[in-house]
Amino acid sequence: MSSWTIDRRAFLKVSASVGGSILLSSCMDTRASTAGAQSSLFEPNAYIRLAPDGMVTIVAKNPEIGQGVKTMLPMLIADELDVEWKNVKVEQAIADAKRFSRQFAGGSLATPFNYDELRRVGAAGRQMLIAAAAETWGVSADECTTSAGVVKHAASNRTAPYGTLVAKASTMRVPDLAKVKLKSPSEFRIIGTPVRGVDTPAIVAGKPLFGIDVKVPGMLYAVFVKCPVFAGKVASSNAEEVAKLPGVRHAFVVDGGTALNKLLGGVAIVADTWWAARKAREKLTVTWNEGATAQQSSAGFAAKAAELARGPAARTIVKAGDPDAAFASATKVVEAQYFYPFLSHATLEPQNCTASFANGKLEIWAPTQNPEPGRALCAETLGIKPTDITITMTRSGGGFGRRLNNDYMVEAAWISKTIGAPVKLLWTREDDMQHDFYRPAGFHNFKAAVDAAGKVTAWRNHFVSFGEGEKFAPSSSLDDDDFPAGFIPNLLVEASVMPLGVPTGPLRAPGSNALAFVMHGFIDELASAAGRDQVQFRLDLLGEPRMVMDKENKPMYDAARMRGVLQLVAEKSGWGRQVPKGTGLGVAFHYSHRGYFAEVVEVAAANGRFKINKVWVVGDIGAQVINPMNAEHQAQGSVLDGIGEALGQEITIEGGRTVQSNFDNYPLLRLVQAPPVEVHFKVTDNPVTGLGEPALPPVVPALCNAIFAATGVRIRSLPLSKQGWTYA
Amino acid sequence: MPFTLKVNGASRTVDADPEMPLLWVLRDLLDLPGTKYGCGIGQCGACTVQLRGNPIRSCQVPVSAVGNGEITTIEGLSVDGASHPLQKAWVELDVPQCGYCQAGQLMSAAALLKRTPKPTDAQIDSAMNGNLCRCATYLRIRSAIHRAAELGSGVAASSGKEG
Repeated sequence: MSSWTIDRRAFLKVSASVGGSILLSSCMDTRASTAGAQSSLFEPNAYIRLAPDGMVTIVAKNPEIGQGVKTMLPMLIADELDVEWKNVKVEQAIADAKRFSRQFAGGSLATPFNYDELRRVGAAGRQMLIAAAAETWGVSADECTTSAGVVKHAASNRTAPYGTLVAKASTMRVPDLAKVKLKSPSEFRIIGTPVRGVDTPAIVAGKPLFGIDVKVPGMLYAVFVKCPVFAGKVASSNAEEVAKLPGVRHAFVVDGGTALNKLLGGVAIVADTWWAARKAREKLTVTWNEGATAQQSSAGFAAKAAELARGPAARTIVKAGDPDAAFASATKVVEAQYFYPFLSHATLEPQNCTASFANGKLEIWAPTQNPEPGRALCAETLGIKPTDITITMTRSGGGFGRRLNNDYMVEAAWISKTIGAPVKLLWTREDDMQHDFYRPAGFHNFKAAVDAAGKVTAWRNHFVSFGEGEKFAPSSSLDDDDFPAGFIPNLLVEASVMPLGVPTGPLRAPGSNALAFVMHGFIDELASAAGRDQVQFRLDLLGEPRMVMDKENKPMYDAARMRGVLQLVAEKSGWGRQVPKGTGLGVAFHYSHRGYFAEVVEVAAANGRFKINKVWVVGDIGAQVINPMNAEHQAQGSVLDGIGEALGQEITIEGGRTVQSNFDNYPLLRLVQAPPVEVHFKVTDNPVTGLGEPALPPVVPALCNAIFAATGVRIRSLPLSKQGWTYA
Repeated sequence: MPFTLKVNGASRTVDADPEMPLLWVLRDLLDLPGTKYGCGIGQCGACTVQLRGNPIRSCQVPVSAVGNGEITTIEGLSVDGASHPLQKAWVELDVPQCGYCQAGQLMSAAALLKRTPKPTDAQIDSAMNGNLCRCATYLRIRSAIHRAAELGSGVAASSGKEG
């Protein structure tokens, strides 16, 4: 988990199947063939189109899911190109791995992957415009400067607006991206300023931006009914009768396979309107071959986890020092068991996709976070070439990791191919909640020793999770570099797994969104047992401000940065101040997705009811906050997302199927429940990193620790609603 | 069967199943996709439109129950899609993240401001609590409603044709 090379965990989780070609070379190879003296536009690369009137179109390469990349990435280009933001139009890229590499929304990676690269793209364009002006004027390019879309030559007092240089610039040599000169941060004019979302005006006008809004000529509407037990198959159905219902054009069985993230079996109903398909579904009867997963349940998982916890762990994840000896000589030993449930992504826009298959070619319009694996899946399933598939990435009504899987895409593609017409597949809310890739549940069995000085001397965690053999189910792992590895001298982290037929996958801040809760809940217990102040105890645990190295002696965790955000959040929240009886402050920190975050929650609680008075957030995402307007908002949204998860969200499994079905039994946070969230960024001399995720994890333990501070009641299991807590 | 609806100031005739919820009539038959489907059970508010000035969950209202009441959707909140005080405030404060719920939020907020031009936090809580935002943009929603109240004294200053 180096903080300045690639975050290994995040990279593996989101991009293993994403094309890894190099942006810098590939984007410059795509200089438009029309570029040249004949062209009316200057197109130095795949991202920039400059028109004679000075207007610049900048292509936003990554899918927008609400994280703000459609605004942020073009800001990077525009600043280095040195144009005014008001003269920029942003255009969403289609999925095209040849022109744009790494087009996905995941791992909070858009910033670290693109911060330098896209600035270079902009700087290259600027360099060509300068070269064009210099050649026209017969002066050295080194003597020319730019400002707000104008090239200047101070010595001769000449200026040339970019738009006047379009033809000439198009004949200039494309510079080597690795060698273009970038601005120093003091020269930024767009980066670091508050910029509003480029789609905000269209959103407030109700314009069709989302996948669900796609309409193509001749399009029909579909629902797809899958077995409620994951990967079950159709044994028999009355699809032929359903096909005769009013408005229905087709109803047919799809065999599907058994891979949870590919095409599963079910019945497709295609109609003139979505409502007709949805209504016809009520007349559908299916006998399912449910398969072995029908034997699985949340109660069964809990019983099995308890059994596994009593026995020896199946394997060791990381061991340091001599934990046995340390426990034997300990002053105080604390033990606790923690649990967190399965969670659903519950994107407000249900999964949907519009597909049009004709003449061996497939067109896709999809709200997807990860188009290239979707292309591969469709190609494999339909038996066509990936190059015969076009994918338009629509805006997504939320992502949170759900749309990294493209199961809905291949369903739409299959249905369109089967019926030979364009089709919009839309899942119902119930389909969406019951066919998710859930945040996996997990069970942690902790034991730790504290010495007489109140220092943690030993730590053991037997983590009971899901998977088979050495392999964890997706997003259910615990790694050898997870905190507190590297910070406690005698440490033993072990794991046992049980089989799982329920699909799991990344949910915003995968891994961390659960691990932070258990780690910082238990650390809070240790500080209490030691009778220490919670913040000071954590500072001592972090130790000297230093880079903690992993076993290969690579940078793993910057204790200095974490100490920095922890100290600042203590200051901002007035940590240690007197609070009324029944009010408590809780603190937690967590490093994830290259960001260092510490948060404090203030809670007022009594008699099983509680209210969050306020949350303080301090984050360190490096040397630059690119768009302060969105950065604050992402941090607030992440924190409120975490609070919503903790309050009442839980997916349970019975008979191999998901019990919850809609927002009446899977409650999202509501407006009245949203406390004020004060956000600060601690700017440090470190690489600039992403913000879609790392603010979420600490709030969950900080909230639970605050409830303890207010009431003396420990929260070791979520959600709070199941522990008898009501949000006042 | 045919239904004639008054939508955003215009008379529109559709041929629809009487049970078809207004939401799907608007989205799929009348090409007004600004109103969104979120849950289908009246829990999320993404489908909020105004019927005779009152916010309703259009996923819960069959087209046959609409009658000749004036319907206002997000597309009709203002003539230019930008000039309602709420739209101005939403842009000024950059309220949306993913944006999917925002049409419903705006239609609920517009109904609130019409009744209560200067709402308190408690009045905002009460009027807006039925509108879910999965991105949890609630803090800016609250601020933007206050800002819209300042900007336009509610609907009185709107150039929209909101019924």
